[in-house]
Amino acid sequence: MHEMSLAESVLEIIENSAAQHGSNKVHAVWLEIGQLAGVEVEAMRFCFDAVTRGSIADGARLEIIETPGMGRCLNCGKSMHLNERYDLCPECDMPVEVTGGTEMRVKELEME
Amino acid sequence: MCTTCGCGGGELKIGGKPHQHGHNQGELRFRRPNHEHDHTHDHGESTRRVQVERDILDKNNTFAQDNRGYFAAHGIFTLNLVSSPGSGKTTLLTCTIELLRGEMPVAVIEGDQQTSFDAERIRATGVPAVQINTGKGCHLDAHMIEHALEDLKPADHSLLFIENVGNLVCPASFDLGEAHKVVILSVTEGEDKPLKYPDMFAAADLMLLNKVDLLPYLSFDVQKCVEYARRVNPRIQVMLTSATSGTGMDEWLGWLRNRGA
Ligand SMILES: Nc1nc2c(ncn2[C@@H]2O[C@H](COP(=O)(O)OP(=O)(O)OP(=O)(O)O)[C@@H](O)[C@H]2O)c(=O)[nH]1
Ligand SMILES: [Mg+2]
Ligand SMILES: [Zn+2]
Ligand SMILES: [Zn+2]
Ligand SMILES: [Zn+2]
Repeated sequence: MHEMSLAESVLEIIENSAAQHGSNKVHAVWLEIGQLAGVEVEAMRFCFDAVTRGSIADGARLEIIETPGMGRCLNCGKSMHLNERYDLCPECDMPVEVTGGTEMRVKELEME
Repeated sequence: MCTTCGCGGGELKIGGKPHQHGHNQGELRFRRPNHEHDHTHDHGESTRRVQVERDILDKNNTFAQDNRGYFAAHGIFTLNLVSSPGSGKTTLLTCTIELLRGEMPVAVIEGDQQTSFDAERIRATGVPAVQINTGKGCHLDAHMIEHALEDLKPADHSLLFIENVGNLVCPASFDLGEAHKVVILSVTEGEDKPLKYPDMFAAADLMLLNKVDLLPYLSFDVQKCVEYARRVNPRIQVMLTSATSGTGMDEWLGWLRNRGA
């Protein structure tokens, strides 16, 4: 379950950012997770809670912004929304190249 | 967990030794005592919003770039072999090593949760190998590779194979600094795996459809499997291989000699 190591990385980013801003308490965390990033949002919440326990982000509210999967048809060049990596172009029935929705990012923090 | 780098559980072992730091000592994780909450007060006025905009994998990616720089500086061609457990990675490697003997130096980093069996199998061929045991960890990350390189010190211009932990899921997300991810799918696993585990097939540049000597005994549909793989990754190259019968080994070795071209 790589959500655990991802949550550890999130905490590290939080701690570094809080240190930079001279804060020792983080109340809320905004994560941006792409629909095609291979991250299970519920697993991420669970791991975030486990990993932040006893840290400066203990009890922090986790807001997850899910960004849509996007792709471009290799045949007709049209851009489209992708629910899954293996979705085919609805017009050409051909494979689509993923162009967005793979990001996983710490966007913003609310701190004291 | 390593408090300096957060790169795995306390069970992480590299070359049989626990994970240690001779470097990065300045990077100690920031931890201050917790804000005491023995009284109630309103946080409202004193809080602020801070833009961070940092990729969660930034740290891994930074180590991966360091590794990539190291490989470039030493002319090392590195492949990250990913698959589910038992697809035939180590067997393919020992076979490849035999066939390349005398042609170019080879080195191997083996990743498994437990045991050094695979590194021992590689060393038995006379090629240097380091075993990483991830403990409960389910993938290798770039930081573990950096440590393994300190131990292994592959020869200049060598071919370096990293055999990842058997897992078709999360090794897809972790760049190790390799030139290519190579996904190995054995025909006994079923042709639907590229659709069931699309991230891995999307991340790989080459798919080895392995153990093809077993095809006569199965109802595995090769065409369908390739079509599924191309659906999630239109650019993926495909080779049919078997260490047992030797099928496809020429094509695979040709690809290695051309460094993935
Ligand atoms: N029929 C056949 N069997 C093979 C072939 N390659 C490997 N095997 C068998 O598959 C089993 C697993 O092989 P390994 O090489 O250990 O597989 P692996 O992917 O390294 O396994 P893990 O590291 O444990 O994930 C062994 O019993 C091998 O003998 C092949 O080309 N054909
Ligand atoms: Mg193996
Ligand atoms: Zn189209
Ligand atoms: Zn380390
Ligand atoms: Zn993992």
